[in-house]
Amino acid sequence: MASVTLSEAEKVYIVHGVQEDLRVDGRGCEDYRCVEVETDVVSNTSGSARVKLGHTDILVGVKAEMGTPKLEKPNEGYLEFFVDCSASATPEFEGRGGDDLGTEIANTLYRIFNNKSSVDLKTLCISPREHCWVLYVDVLLLECGGNLFDAISIAVKAALFNTRIPRVRVLEDEEGSKDIELSDDPYDCIRLSVENVPCIVTLCKTGKRVGKVLHASLQSVVHKEESLGPKRQKVGFLG
Amino acid sequence: MAMEMRLPVARKPLSERLGRDTKKHLVVPGDTITTDTGFMRGHGTYMGEEKLIASVAGSVERVNKLICVKALKTRYIGEVGDIVVGRITEVQQKRWKVETNSRLDSVLLLSSMNLPGGELRRRSAEDELAMRGFLQEGDLISVQAVFSDGAVSLHTRSLKYGKLGQGVLVQVSPSLVKRQKTHFHDLPCGASVILGNNGFIWIYPTPEHKEEEAGGFIANLEPVSLADREVISRLRNCIISLVTQRMMLYDTSILYCYEASLPHQIKDILKPEIMEEIVMETRQRLLEQEG
Repeated sequence: MASVTLSEAEKVYIVHGVQEDLRVDGRGCEDYRCVEVETDVVSNTSGSARVKLGHTDILVGVKAEMGTPKLEKPNEGYLEFFVDCSASATPEFEGRGGDDLGTEIANTLYRIFNNKSSVDLKTLCISPREHCWVLYVDVLLLECGGNLFDAISIAVKAALFNTRIPRVRVLEDEEGSKDIELSDDPYDCIRLSVENVPCIVTLCKTGKRVGKVLHASLQSVVHKEESLGPKRQKVGFLG
Repeated sequence: MAMEMRLPVARKPLSERLGRDTKKHLVVPGDTITTDTGFMRGHGTYMGEEKLIASVAGSVERVNKLICVKALKTRYIGEVGDIVVGRITEVQQKRWKVETNSRLDSVLLLSSMNLPGGELRRRSAEDELAMRGFLQEGDLISVQAVFSDGAVSLHTRSLKYGKLGQGVLVQVSPSLVKRQKTHFHDLPCGASVILGNNGFIWIYPTPEHKEEEAGGFIANLEPVSLADREVISRLRNCIISLVTQRMMLYDTSILYCYEASLPHQIKDILKPEIMEEIVMETRQRLLEQEG
C-alpha cells in the first residue's frame, strides 16, 4: 500500500499522539472513521454492496452459478473470491502492481470462509455429488484510502447478505435423468445467513501501543501511521 | 470499540446552501465566453471561430478589456514572494528538490538556505557534503518562492523560514488559500498555523520562546502536551470541513470555524451533518462581520 515520506519530527508527533490516545484527526486509538454501506448497487449480479470507509471505496458483486461440488465435500457448495485492485485506486496499482495485494486479500478471504461456521455451505447444495451453487465473489477496489481489510470484510458480508439465489427443484423422471427446474416466481429465492461471517479488525503497533489502524485521509496522516508500524496484526471477529 | 455505520445520503448542491447574490460565471472547457471580439484574451481562453472559448474549468474574471478564466482546481502556480510549505524529495549536488504541489518540482539551492546559527559565509565543499545533515528526504520546510522559468525556485532568506518541527500537515487546493499580508498566524486558541500559498497548511504548537529563531535546525522532539494536541486536531478537522464546503481559508475563517466547533467532540467534526452545521455558522459570522 502507499507509503508517505515523513520528517522525523512528524513521526515523533504521531507516535506520542498514539500513546496519549489522541490521533491527529481527534480519534482515539480504537475509533473507526464513518462507514457508509449501500447494498443492491449492481443490477446484474445476485447480490452486491458498496462500502465507503473514509476515502476507501470498495465494490463487491456476488454471482451465483451452478457447478459441481468439490470431491471432498460432496454435500456443500463453495465460494470463489477474486480481488481486483484497479489502477484508479492509487497510481501504484498500475499495470501488474496491484496483483500482489489482490492475491493477499483473496487468500485472507479464503481462510476466513474456510471453516464450517462462517457460512452454512450446505444450503448451497442442490443435489449431492452432482449440482451445487458456486458463489463467485468479486471485490473491486475503487479508491484506496487505507484500512482495506476491514472495509473489504464489511463489504463481503453486506454483499452476501444481499445475495438472492434462485430456488431450484430437481425433477427425476423414470429413466433416471435429472432435470433442474427454476421456479417461475422471480422473487422466490434462498437467502444466506451471514450472522456468523467474520469481520476483520486490523491492529497496528506503533511505538509501545497497539491501536486501530489509523487512516484519516489518503495523502496526509493515513499511511503516515501505517508506514510507521512495521507489523499489522489482523484479528477476525465472528458475528 | 464502537463503529458507526450509515446509509449514503444524496449530497445537496452547494448553490442551494450558499444563497449568494453575485453568481459567478462558471465555464467548462469548450464553453463560449463571449462573441464580442473587442476583448483581450487572458489565461485560460483561446480564440476560435470568432468566439472567445474557455480552455479550463473555472470562473470568468473580467478586468476592463481583459478576460481570463481562473481555474478552480489547479496545481500551484508560483508567484514571486509567495510563502510555501514544501517537502524535500531529493538531495542533489548543491540543491534540494522540493515537492510543492506544482507542475514541476521546486528547487532550493544550497546558497539560498540559512546555515545553522544564522552565520553568513560562502558555502564551501564541506557544506555540500553535509547537505543531508541539514535537510533529508521527507523534511518539511517553509520558504519564500521566487518564480523563474516554470520551476519555482525557493529561498529561506530570513531565520523565520526553515525546517519545520512537530505538527500536522493538511493538503488543500491552492485556490482556496486567500492571499494576505502575512501567512504565519498565531491563533489565540493556542496553536499556530502557516498557510502556504501552495495549499500546504502546517499546524503546530505555538513555541514558547520566540527569541530562538534558529531556522528550525535544533529540532524539538519533546512530547507535545495533550491540550495542545487537542487544539491542533480540532483545527485540522475545521480546515478540512471548510475545504469540503469550498470556503476560502484565512486566519479569521479558521478561527470562527474553530469556535463554532467547540460544542462538538473533535472526532465528530468530520461527520457530514456536523460539518455542514459548523461551516454554516462560520459563514453567517463572516457575513455579519463584513456587513
